[in-house]
Amino acid sequence: MTKPGEYYQRDRMWHPPAYDKDYKTSVTRSPQYSLISLQNSVSEITGPTFGHNDVDPLDNDLIKNYAQPGQSPIGERIIVHGRVLDENGRPVPNTLVEVWQANAGGRYRHKKDTYLAPIDPNFGGCGRTITDENGYYFFRTVKPGAYPWRNWVNDWRPAHIHLSIFGHAFAQRLITQMYFEGDPLIASCPIVNTIRDKAAVGQLIAALDKNATIPLDSIAYKFDIVLRGRRSTMFENRLEGN
Amino acid sequence: MTQSLDYLKETASQTAGPYVHIGLAPGAAGFDIYRQELGWDIAGPNARGERIRVEGIVIDGTGSPVKDVLLEAWQANADGIYAHPEGGGEVEDGFRGWGRVITDFATGEWGFDTVKPGSTPGRNIGPQAPHINLWIVARGINIGLNTRLYFEDEAEANAADPVLNLIEWERRRATLIAKRTERDGQTVYRFDIRLQGEEETVFFDI
Repeated sequence: MTKPGEYYQRDRMWHPPAYDKDYKTSVTRSPQYSLISLQNSVSEITGPTFGHNDVDPLDNDLIKNYAQPGQSPIGERIIVHGRVLDENGRPVPNTLVEVWQANAGGRYRHKKDTYLAPIDPNFGGCGRTITDENGYYFFRTVKPGAYPWRNWVNDWRPAHIHLSIFGHAFAQRLITQMYFEGDPLIASCPIVNTIRDKAAVGQLIAALDKNATIPLDSIAYKFDIVLRGRRSTMFENRLEGN
Repeated sequence: MTQSLDYLKETASQTAGPYVHIGLAPGAAGFDIYRQELGWDIAGPNARGERIRVEGIVIDGTGSPVKDVLLEAWQANADGIYAHPEGGGEVEDGFRGWGRVITDFATGEWGFDTVKPGSTPGRNIGPQAPHINLWIVARGINIGLNTRLYFEDEAEANAADPVLNLIEWERRRATLIAKRTERDGQTVYRFDIRLQGEEETVFFDI
């Protein structure tokens, strides 16, 4: 039987380490022992599949998906669009992308968020979509606000959108955050700075994309997402490990 | 100068944060927005095999329950087949194999109902013992943690499992074995996950 092509090893020097004392919550939630490295088996090269039965067409429109009829949320109207690719540069089609964010005032619609900025009655703050055959996705939303959080006494999160992506294998599962070009809070954010490599941080900053704006309506940001690539099975590797 | 390889770099992970529920389980955040949330139908009524419940708690380095965790489960069906084009065959209608669950905000307990998976092919040597793949994210977890749940009553298969046997420290293997119990006639497997400490759960780089 041909061995399944493995996904490229995760670059753990590129990703944030589990432990970072400046992101205080990580201190007691970070495993201390080393991870055990596995060669991919069928358990890792497979993963859940999603179809258009799972999502509704309006799910990617955060301006409409929670608004009262005829109303819309407060804030700067934006489009976030891009492609989901793998490390080989190939599109990842038909994969689920889920997003969540604060409203324009920096407040989340969550029973645990007590920030004094108000809830927006017309904004839920979550969306989901499935990439098309070219790996392309888009959302329409309002630009989230910055907000303070309890880490050091005066830490502020830069404006950001959380993204959850599946890919085609459980080995590709990823959650990340997208930031906005030009935001001065990015440089001092302890969560951003859990990532050591400046190029890796740069890859999380969406570029203003004026070509994709809708004139007199919405401004656009482009955000490509890269999931792990996969080895082709030209030659089997030697028999060992799992 | 050498030629450029032209690979892209994987997008770096960031924590799911405290409000992960808004995006992935909005009902738990306190509002209703989607026609149907995802991850509740890991094994529908038609799924074959032994019905089981899996429960646990995630414990941090101070010994306290972590109350804002989101877990995802990925498993084969009772015949050891994953619901995926490379999963080893066809699965029955109603078996999805993927579930998503959050911990209780007050207690940190999580749990889901499913069917017990069958054994699956190993990469090289021998089959893998029945197991459920778990992925754990939360505030303070910078990159999702991968682990596996094995079953106490599969002692023979566990002893031969190629992944458990990769763990050099035999006593650490026990952190991946769920305890079988019964409650009101239902089979319940208990699987507590310890993020730190002497009994730290084994996590994998997959």
